[in-house]
Amino acid sequence: MFGYSMAEIGNIMVMQGFAGLSMFSVLLLMALGLAIIFGQMGVINMAHGEFMTIGAYTTVMLSKLAVAYGFVNYYFIFAIIVAFVLAFAIGYLVEFTLIRHLYKRPLDTLLATWGLSLVMQQIFRSSFGAKEVSAELPEWLLGSFQPTPDIDIPINGVFVMGLAAVVTFGVFLFMFRSQWGLRVRATVQNRVMAGAVGINTKKVDRVTFALGCGIAGVAGAAFTTIASTGPTTGTLYIVDSFMVVVFGGAASLFGTIASAFGIAQAQSILQFFMTSSMGKVATLLTIVGILMMRPEGLFASKVRK
Amino acid sequence: MSNTDFILAIEDLTVSFDGFKAVDKLNLYVDKNELRVVIGPNGAGKTTVLDLICGKTKSTSGSIKFKNKELTKLAEHEIVRAGVGRKFQTPSIYENLTVYQNLEVSYPRGRSVWGSLLFKRSDDVMTQVYKVAEEILLKDFLDMEAALLSHGQKQWLEIGMLLMQEPELLMLDEPVAGMSAKERDQTAELLNRICQNRSVIVIEHDMEFVKKIAHKVTVLHQGKILAEGSMDKVQADEKVIEVYLGH
Amino acid sequence: MKTLSDKLLGGKQGVLGLALLALLIMVILPLGLDIFRLNLVGKYLTYAFVALSLVLLWGNGGILSLGQGMFFGLGGYCMAMFLKLEASDPISTKIQTTPGIPDFMDWNQLTAIPWFWEPFKSLPLTILAILIVPTIFAYIIGFAMFKRRVGGVYFAIITQAIALILSILIVGQQGFTGGVNGITDLKTMLGWDIRTDSAKYILYYVNAILLFGCIFLSRYILTSKFGMLLLAMRDKEERVRFSGYDVSDFKIFTFCVAAMISAIGGAMFTLQVGFMSPSFVGIVPSIEMVIFAAVGGRMSLIGAVYGTLLVNYGKTVFSETYPELWLFLMGGLFIAVVMFFPDGLAGIYQKHARKIPFLKRWVAEEKQKQTDAHASHGKASTTLGAEA
Repeated sequence: MFGYSMAEIGNIMVMQGFAGLSMFSVLLLMALGLAIIFGQMGVINMAHGEFMTIGAYTTVMLSKLAVAYGFVNYYFIFAIIVAFVLAFAIGYLVEFTLIRHLYKRPLDTLLATWGLSLVMQQIFRSSFGAKEVSAELPEWLLGSFQPTPDIDIPINGVFVMGLAAVVTFGVFLFMFRSQWGLRVRATVQNRVMAGAVGINTKKVDRVTFALGCGIAGVAGAAFTTIASTGPTTGTLYIVDSFMVVVFGGAASLFGTIASAFGIAQAQSILQFFMTSSMGKVATLLTIVGILMMRPEGLFASKVRK
Repeated sequence: MSNTDFILAIEDLTVSFDGFKAVDKLNLYVDKNELRVVIGPNGAGKTTVLDLICGKTKSTSGSIKFKNKELTKLAEHEIVRAGVGRKFQTPSIYENLTVYQNLEVSYPRGRSVWGSLLFKRSDDVMTQVYKVAEEILLKDFLDMEAALLSHGQKQWLEIGMLLMQEPELLMLDEPVAGMSAKERDQTAELLNRICQNRSVIVIEHDMEFVKKIAHKVTVLHQGKILAEGSMDKVQADEKVIEVYLGH
Repeated sequence: MKTLSDKLLGGKQGVLGLALLALLIMVILPLGLDIFRLNLVGKYLTYAFVALSLVLLWGNGGILSLGQGMFFGLGGYCMAMFLKLEASDPISTKIQTTPGIPDFMDWNQLTAIPWFWEPFKSLPLTILAILIVPTIFAYIIGFAMFKRRVGGVYFAIITQAIALILSILIVGQQGFTGGVNGITDLKTMLGWDIRTDSAKYILYYVNAILLFGCIFLSRYILTSKFGMLLLAMRDKEERVRFSGYDVSDFKIFTFCVAAMISAIGGAMFTLQVGFMSPSFVGIVPSIEMVIFAAVGGRMSLIGAVYGTLLVNYGKTVFSETYPELWLFLMGGLFIAVVMFFPDGLAGIYQKHARKIPFLKRWVAEEKQKQTDAHASHGKASTTLGAEA
C-alpha cells in the first residue's frame, strides 16, 4: 500500500493519529462552544471563529509580556483563563447588542454574525497587523517523548488534549449537573414555561451565548500551541466546526465529541496519503454525503415533534 | 385485512416514541357521512391519531385504510390527494396572503410544479372560492390579509381551505378553541352542514359543543379506546367517569 | 384576470420600475461612462444574476443558499474552458512540451486534454453545459436535501460546505482547472476578439438583455400560482404539504432555476472580464452575493440589481482609497441591513413611494379594481345560489 511496509504504516497511523488528536482537541473546543450556542439556542454564530482568534491573540500578547518580565514558564495557565474571560465578556456584549434582537430569525442571525466576523477580522488586522504571530511557549510544552524510536509524540499535543478533556468535562458538569444548566435546558425546551416559573430567560440566553464564546476563547489559547495566529485564523475552522456540530447531532454532547474525533482523524490520516487539500475534500465530501442520508446527524434520538 | 364499507378503518395501530406507546393497538372505524368526535384526557393520544392518519407521524405497526386504500405507506401530499383533509390545533393559515389567496392556493388544481406555473384563475376557481367563503362567513373579508382576522375567523378560514379540496374525510383538531359562544354556535352549524356529504372526525374538549354535533363519540385513554357510542351512553360509562374525575 | 403582459410587467408600478432600470442600464450608464468603467458595471451586473436568484430562493422561498457562488463559478468555468481551448491552438502554444493544450496543463505535465474538457471544443455544447451542468448539480443537492426535509440553517451550512469543497477541489486540481490562478488569457470566441472595445460594448448589451430576460422569467414565476405557493411555503410549510402539494418538488425547482440564473451570470462574467478563478466559487463570494440581494431588498427583483450595483460601487470606491474602511463598512452593512432595513432599498422605496401623488393614485386604482372584481363576481354567485 503506497509503497510503505506494514510496520511503517502502523507508525504513520500512530503519529498522524496523534497529530490528528491536537486538531481534534482544538476542533472539539470550537465545536463545544458552537454546540451550546447552536444546539441549545438555535443561533448560528458565524463569528465563532473570531472568538477563537480573540483567545489566540490574548495568549500571544500575554506571552510577549511573559517574555519581557521573565515568567514564560507560568503564564500559559493564566492565559487560558484570561482568554476565556475576555471572549466571554465580548460574547456577552454581542448578545446584548445584536443577537437578542434576532432570535426569531435564524437566517438573519447568520448574516449579521458574518458581518460581525468581517468587522472583527479588520479590527485584528488593524491592531496586530496582517502578519501571523506566534506565542512563546513555555519550556515544559516543548519537545516530545518517544515510546519507541520510530514514534514521536509532541508534548503540546498531549497538553491540548488534556485541556480539551477538562473543558468538556466542565461543560458536562455545567449543563447536566448544575442549577444553571438545568435553567438553560428548561429554557430551551419551553421558553414560556421557564419564564413562568421564574427563570430569567433573557439572562440565560446571554450567559449561554457568552459561555459558548468563552470556550471558543479557550480553543484559541489551545490553538497557539500548534500553529501561529493571524487575523483570519478563525475562518479556517468555522466550516469544520459547524460540520462537527451538525454531523454529531446538534444537541448531543457525546455526538459532538465523537464527530470531532472522527473528522479530525479522517483529515489527519487522509492528508498523509493524499495531498492536504484532497484529504480535506474527501473528509468534507463524506460528511456531506452522510448528512444527506441522515440529516438529523449521527446521534439524534427519535422524538415527537 | 379484507375490504370494508367503512370510509376509514384503523386496525392494530401502534406508534412508540423511544419505547413510550402513544397509540397502542388501536382499532377505529368511521362510516361514510358520519361525524365522529374523539374525546379523552390530555395525553390520551388524540392528536397523535390524527397525525398518523394524515401521515405526519409514521406508525410503528398496524394499518390505516381509507376507502380500502392503505395510507401508512403514503407521503403526506398523497394522503391529501386521496381525499383526507386535516386542520391543525392552532390555526395554520398563510398570514401574509389575503383570504382570497388563502382559499385559492388550496384549490386542488395546479398541484405539480408545472401545473402551478401554468395555473390560470378561471371562473370555476373563483366560483368555488366564493362558495366556500360564503359557507365560512368570510365573504366580506376576501381582500383582507389573513393576519388581520380574529382568532375564530382564522379557524374558519382553515376549515374553508380544507373545503376547497372537497375532501371525503375531514379531520378537525379542536376547531372551536378560542372562540366566543356565538362563534361556537356558528361553527356547530357549519359542521352539521358540511358533514352532509363527507365524513368528519373532530377532536374536542368542549362537551356542550360535542353534544351539538356528535353522531358518535370515541373516548381515548392512554392510546387505547376506553368507550365508544352515543354521547349519552359514553357519559354514563363508569370507566369514562373514572378517567375524567380520577379516583 | 391577469394577462401575460400584466404578469411580466407587474402593472403600472412595475412598468415604471423596469423602465427606469432599463433607462439606467441601457442608456444613461453607456453614455455617461468610458468603456473601462462600463466594463466594470458589466462585471457588477453579472453578480446581479446571482442576487436575482437569491431573491427567488431566499427572499420569496425562505431558502438561504450560501453556495450560489459555485453555480456562478460553474457557469463561468464552462465558458472559460471553451475560450481557453480556442486560445490554446497548436500555433500559439508551440513553445510548450505538448502544443495544443492549455498552458497550465502543460505546466502540470499533462500531455492530453482530459475527457471532461472535450465537449468544450464546441460552442453549442458549451452553452448547453452552462445551462445544464449547474442545474443538474443543483438538482442533485436539492433532491438529497429537500426530499429529506433539510432546510433553514442546515441547508445554509451544507451549501456553504459544498461551496468550500468545490473551491478546494478547483484549487487542488491545478492540472485540470488552472488551480488558484484560474483560467486566464482568454482571447477570442469563434475568432471574435472579446478584448476589443467594440466587443466589450456588445457583450455589455448582451449581458443587460440576458439580465432583463432573467428578471422577466423570475417575475413570471413569482406572479404565478407557483410564486404564491413559494410564499405560503416560506411561512407555513406544513400547511402547504397538507393541502396536497409535494413541497420538496417546488423547492428543488426553485433551487435549479436559481442555479441556472447564477450560471448565466458566471458565463457572462468570463466573457466580459476575460478570466475565471476559484475566488468566485468559495464561501466568501457566495455570502457576499447574499448581501447584494439583502441591500436591494430580498423580496424585490429590481432591488437586487440596484443593490448589487450600489454595494459594488461602494466596494470599488472604498477599496481604492481606504481598503481598511471597506471591511468595516461591509461588515456593518450586513448587520445594519438585517437589524434595521430587512426589506432593503425596495422597502425604503415602498415606504416613501406612497407619498408621490401619481403612484399613490395607481396603487389605489389597482386595489379598487380587485375589490370590484370580487364584489361583482360574488354577487353573481349569490344570485345563482338564490335561484337554485
